[in-house]
Amino acid sequence: MKQTMAECQSAANMVPFGETAIMIEFGQGIHPDLHRKVKAVSHYLDQYPFPGMVEYVAAFASVTVFYDPIRLNSETVAAHLQDIVSKLEQGEVGEPRVVEIPVCYGGEFGPDLEFVAQHNGLTIDEVIEIHTGSQYLVYMLGFAPGFPYLGGMSERIAAPRRQSPRPAIPAGTVGIAGMQTGVYPITTPGGWQLIGCTPLELFCPNDNPPTLLRSGDSIQFRPICPKEYRELKGAGQ
Amino acid sequence: MSITVLRPGLLTTVQDLGRYGYQKYGVIVSGAMDAYSLRVANLLVGNAEGEAGLEITLMGPVLRFERDMLVAITGGDLSPTIAGKPVPLWRPVYIQKGSILKFGHSKSGCRAYLAVAGGYNISSVMGSKSTYQRAGIGGFKGRAMQADDVLEINSPQTDSLWFIWQLTKQAACSPVIATPWYAGKVHLGLDSDPVAVRVMRGGQFEQFTDESKAKFWDSVFQVTPQSDRMGYRLSGSALLLAEPLEMVSEAVALGTIQVPPDGNPIVLLADRQTTGGYPKMGQVALVDVAKVAQIKPGGKIRFEEITVNEAARLYREREKAIDSLRTAIGLKLRS
Repeated sequence: MKQTMAECQSAANMVPFGETAIMIEFGQGIHPDLHRKVKAVSHYLDQYPFPGMVEYVAAFASVTVFYDPIRLNSETVAAHLQDIVSKLEQGEVGEPRVVEIPVCYGGEFGPDLEFVAQHNGLTIDEVIEIHTGSQYLVYMLGFAPGFPYLGGMSERIAAPRRQSPRPAIPAGTVGIAGMQTGVYPITTPGGWQLIGCTPLELFCPNDNPPTLLRSGDSIQFRPICPKEYRELKGAGQ
Repeated sequence: MSITVLRPGLLTTVQDLGRYGYQKYGVIVSGAMDAYSLRVANLLVGNAEGEAGLEITLMGPVLRFERDMLVAITGGDLSPTIAGKPVPLWRPVYIQKGSILKFGHSKSGCRAYLAVAGGYNISSVMGSKSTYQRAGIGGFKGRAMQADDVLEINSPQTDSLWFIWQLTKQAACSPVIATPWYAGKVHLGLDSDPVAVRVMRGGQFEQFTDESKAKFWDSVFQVTPQSDRMGYRLSGSALLLAEPLEMVSEAVALGTIQVPPDGNPIVLLADRQTTGGYPKMGQVALVDVAKVAQIKPGGKIRFEEITVNEAARLYREREKAIDSLRTAIGLKLRS
């Protein structure tokens, strides 16, 4: 087992990404094991940013570290990151934070809920039950501020994207596209099937950190009624 | 102290050098498309080089100055005039209260930068004054300038005030007084066509067909009208992968050249998303990003290969040149 782990660790590639970044590639694809490595490095860099480091971007299977090319060169940064990766033990990352997201499903909040149900031969209640029935891992944030790429949705509620995207999907909308589910933090155009809406704000530019969710969190959706939606929405303002 | 927007122009936004440190949360960097020109504009009026300026796109605004101000316009030449007379670029310009600054057609470049001594009175959001339109934050109310907006201006630095006094005592009656000297225009290369841009190989360069790799370096691409602050969409030779490639989203960077399945490359610029899932053919050297940002839709571009170390060397040289410029302008302003 120990040897396997060592092999995994040495498998990280340090790929120069222009003159301002190094991409640490742990592999390809979407897998909780890759995510744990990404999380371990991100966690370390949060605690110990090195002089000349600008910031990092964590993704499914890679962490890209941006640096100031006046102070550092590509080889130095690559060697330093290789050191960090080799030092990190896989088990170091703690239990994920569980974030509960209340969602008002269907109706005006989720106009496509019925489509998702019909598409899968389910009732609306069954779709809600399945959607709220398990936890989802936040693999990464991207696309929009605080937008979570989530893993763990049941294929029983999968649904294709809409033929024509909507020009504006309101912030807080919960949607499904293929095997993916997600929440829109800001109003954007999009082709997802909309099944509900959360009163929570996922992007809070005046807070630090500015997003409700962070990479590595676990999400639990909880069904709420329109009344509770409005109460929570009112309380947040 | 303020500037009133009489007409907003095509796309006029407040931008500084970008919002760094929050990409891990999915927050885009934004900032000036041509950061070099913004930095020089600020230096020319005695501001810190990272102060926010107005980024003016192709068809510029009409602005009224409600107080006497020291300004500098850099970047592309979008034919700025006051009372029918051209306002010279790349130098400090004193503008008298009540003057109306108009922009006309583009003589060269795509974006101009207007810095004012003291800077615009804009509060920072997440450490930056840059406008992030889609999220509605930063800049002026999180959006592009509109008619009747009033941009408040901070009090100028002592250097700038001294310099205004120097300029006005020489020629008391003119509403616009510019210095005979100018500085900083050299690095943009606005007049070449096609624009030669230095590029490093991207992460998936080797996965493209040999023919596509050759075409990438040999052919001339055109900037399409679908280009914006997020990215420049190019047309020309289609670039194709040798075999289908399964990629998951990963970070992208300023100047990343990604290739969607239709084969037409996209150069990612200031308002790029933080991550992307298309294969990366190349990476524009940081020193040449400003050149790209100044190409108008319809303009032509070609790529020249360089290494990471060469790009880093060019970057260090450029920063040295800006250091010298900073010293030289500082001496002029205090003389």
